[in-house]
Amino acid sequence: MKHKSLAIPYVGWMALFVVAPLILVVVYAFTTREGGFTLDNFSNMVQYAGVFGRSFLLAFLATLVCILLGYPLALLLAREQSRLRGMAMLLIMLPMWMNFLLRTYSWVFLLERNGFFNTLLETVGLPKLDIIGTPAAVVLGMVYNFLPFMVLPIFSVIEKIDPRVIEAAQDLGANSAQVFRRVIFPLSLPGVLSGVTMVFIPSVSTFVISRLLGGGMNLLLGDLIEMQFLGSAYNPHLGSAISLVMMVIVLVSMGLMNRFGEGEGEAVLL
Amino acid sequence: MKKTLAIAVSAAMLTGLLSACGGSGTASNGEVNVYNWGEYIDESVLDDFEAQTGIKVNYQYYDSNETMYAMLSGGGAEYDVIIPSDYMIARLISEDMLEPLNFDNIPNFSDIDPELKNPEYDPENLYSVPYMWGLMGVIYNTAMVDEADLGSWDLLWNEKYAGDIVMIDNSRDAIGIALKSLGYSYNTTDETQIVEAVDLLIQQRPILQGYVMDEIFGKLEGGNAAIGTYYYGDYLTMLESNPDLGFYLPEEGTNIYVDAMCIPKGAANKENAEAFINFMCSTEVGLKNCEAIWYSTPLLSVREELDPEVSSDPYAYPGAEILAQCESYAGLPQNILDLYDSEWTRLKSAT
Amino acid sequence: MKKNGPISRIYIFLIFLFLYAPIFVLIAFSFNDSRSNAVWGGFTLDWYLELFQNRSVLEALQTTLLVSVLATAIATVAGTASAIGFYNLRGRARTVCLSVNNIPLTNADIITGVSMMLLFVFTGQVLAQWGIDFSLGFPTLLIAHITFDIPYVILSVMPKLRQLDPHLAEAAQDLGATGLYAFFKVVLPELMPGIVSGMLIAFTMSIDDFLISYFTAGGQTSTLSMVVYSMVRRRVSPEINALSTLMFLAVLLLLILINLRQSGGLRRSRRAGRGPAAEGILSLANEDLDVPAQDR
Repeated sequence: MKHKSLAIPYVGWMALFVVAPLILVVVYAFTTREGGFTLDNFSNMVQYAGVFGRSFLLAFLATLVCILLGYPLALLLAREQSRLRGMAMLLIMLPMWMNFLLRTYSWVFLLERNGFFNTLLETVGLPKLDIIGTPAAVVLGMVYNFLPFMVLPIFSVIEKIDPRVIEAAQDLGANSAQVFRRVIFPLSLPGVLSGVTMVFIPSVSTFVISRLLGGGMNLLLGDLIEMQFLGSAYNPHLGSAISLVMMVIVLVSMGLMNRFGEGEGEAVLL
Repeated sequence: MKKTLAIAVSAAMLTGLLSACGGSGTASNGEVNVYNWGEYIDESVLDDFEAQTGIKVNYQYYDSNETMYAMLSGGGAEYDVIIPSDYMIARLISEDMLEPLNFDNIPNFSDIDPELKNPEYDPENLYSVPYMWGLMGVIYNTAMVDEADLGSWDLLWNEKYAGDIVMIDNSRDAIGIALKSLGYSYNTTDETQIVEAVDLLIQQRPILQGYVMDEIFGKLEGGNAAIGTYYYGDYLTMLESNPDLGFYLPEEGTNIYVDAMCIPKGAANKENAEAFINFMCSTEVGLKNCEAIWYSTPLLSVREELDPEVSSDPYAYPGAEILAQCESYAGLPQNILDLYDSEWTRLKSAT
Repeated sequence: MKKNGPISRIYIFLIFLFLYAPIFVLIAFSFNDSRSNAVWGGFTLDWYLELFQNRSVLEALQTTLLVSVLATAIATVAGTASAIGFYNLRGRARTVCLSVNNIPLTNADIITGVSMMLLFVFTGQVLAQWGIDFSLGFPTLLIAHITFDIPYVILSVMPKLRQLDPHLAEAAQDLGATGLYAFFKVVLPELMPGIVSGMLIAFTMSIDDFLISYFTAGGQTSTLSMVVYSMVRRRVSPEINALSTLMFLAVLLLLILINLRQSGGLRRSRRAGRGPAAEGILSLANEDLDVPAQDR
């Protein structure tokens, strides 16, 4: 079977609709509205350091919370009988299939000053929870939306671990903590890494969650980019420069993490 | 065989492309693409228009003049009717982005209040037909705000109400409010004054609950925030669901605006667009629309038909005394517009 | 392995509560006879009626379905063929192709959206000089969807290609089948599970996409997600709750159907308890694991 030519149409398509657009981002980032070359878009970037900082911090926190909540869940679910396990997986995926704007909106609905939760708290006589419009609400929104992306890869990796490997470790005298630390955890690391990628990237670049739950006060990189293209401060050149810097930082950190993670996994295995 | 398949794949992709291109060509007959503010029309008049003329209305909305401008100048879309505010019309005219109207197709233009004809933003009245107009002011919850604190823009900076204030989410209005409360003109071209205004807005950030546009309806109607600024017509709409709300015009002066219907350059359905504009200016439709959104109508015949209680409302149809307090937004030169954009980004990204 | 104790079960329950409570509250309040999001004002179906009279919602639903079906169909055919093409490439060409194919998957959606918007706007400016009218709309939306759908199809067909016995097609041809006949009768059925799950993922991604559509659809075409976005930024309206309820039910129904079908027809190639969609999403979750491992 030699059907290399089948790749040709799609290679052309990719060149046109994947590569060319990214080249345009680079071109826009280095030009002015009039078309001349400039570095201003980058030198002005310093003033957005705060936004970069906040985006990466909030996305990092959301990813951390997802690991802390999602890892135990994946581990526990992998231990259930297969019928229950299948049900649970479907239940985790079900919200993913529902429009994520609606899922985010549901938290606006719940968390408003006079919303559902606060009315509930008030009836019970507890103080109101004033979290809408704060960074905490943004992190909550990220965790809620992206938690399934963390649970699924971890679960599927743990599920594939050969039970005989664990039995072997137990036969060799390892207690359950040791089994987890020396066998299950290292083997599940690839799942964690892909979960981290799948939670961190959408978190760091979202603008919907910060707009709806952060009250327009907790600007993230996504908001900043959106503002320059379709929002209230039209400047696609600055928007391209911000996109470019964000893309480079994200790709480099993901690359480093994967490299580091692999080394780690192998080291522990050895 | 590989060639056959390769050809088949190319064909599939080409079909994608072609069906794509074909789609763009169909919008030439029997349609009109209308782009308006959110919460700014009685949607049933669109059905009336379709029933009467057989022209299909594609209706989309934006949340600020700046968003609309981004959409339009990004080549983002083809609209036939847009409804920007005065200062944005001036900008669009100066950038040659509007199509002159054929007033022979808009006979109902004669019903427009002469005061609103040949306005500063369109001196020869070639490009625009007023849609609605009104005043901006402070809306507050009487149950949550002390009467003694009312009267000025300063209420928006009052730390007593920290966490209960929502600020308007577009550069012209927000920076304008800060300029007014500093005693400057809305239309200043003094860069230091604008920077000073944005600094004042940055000081305000810690006590804000958020920046909002149409989200303000939910915030104020539900008592989720106590203080905000918006348009008088919308205040009347909010009052229907929350009788605790109050409205005042700040003593430093406020904005009077006109939103007018225009046709962007190169619109595909210009005649349909003119038919739509004319339709919106008929007495019957104007009345129906006005009673749904409660903004001030520019149509004299509609004003006569309105409930006298409404048409004598001093905030909806203000007299000379109130008008003296008001200033409209004028078009600004490009360097100031750029400054607005970058200062606005500075404000929104402040930490 | 040890079975889960009561504490573990409670933990699982709490997480599911976290995932589902907001959705159930929305569903309950879609029947609330009051605009409030806190006070119960009696039972009503009015919001559903209003939703069905909302023209932008209905039009957007149509657009969403049309673009998703078209994009999925084109992406499934093109993606399968391209996967076969890529599979037969060797060395650097293959690595480069697979990496470029991965770009839309690894890049943040907003960057994919923004970059395509730049391309379309730029094309529009160039074409305008020749007097050709080109702007954002349904066509560009469709192109964008095809572009981000194809990589998912390729990624789910690839593993099946690797499992394929290279001698299978040869054997068929030795037995007298023509190349094309052998492909459709022998090779394609082997790839089918991968193609089906790729198709389902592509469809899900198209239906659910907001960010890329937002930047490439232009102002007069709206997908359901875009209408929802403009709705949630306006008043709190129980119409949105009604919409959420309907979408939830639709997804639930779809998953149940897929699961039923799976327990009937496709059982041969699957482990118990998971439908092809589930399998697809799991393999998607592992996309970063599979591909680089093969490349290195």
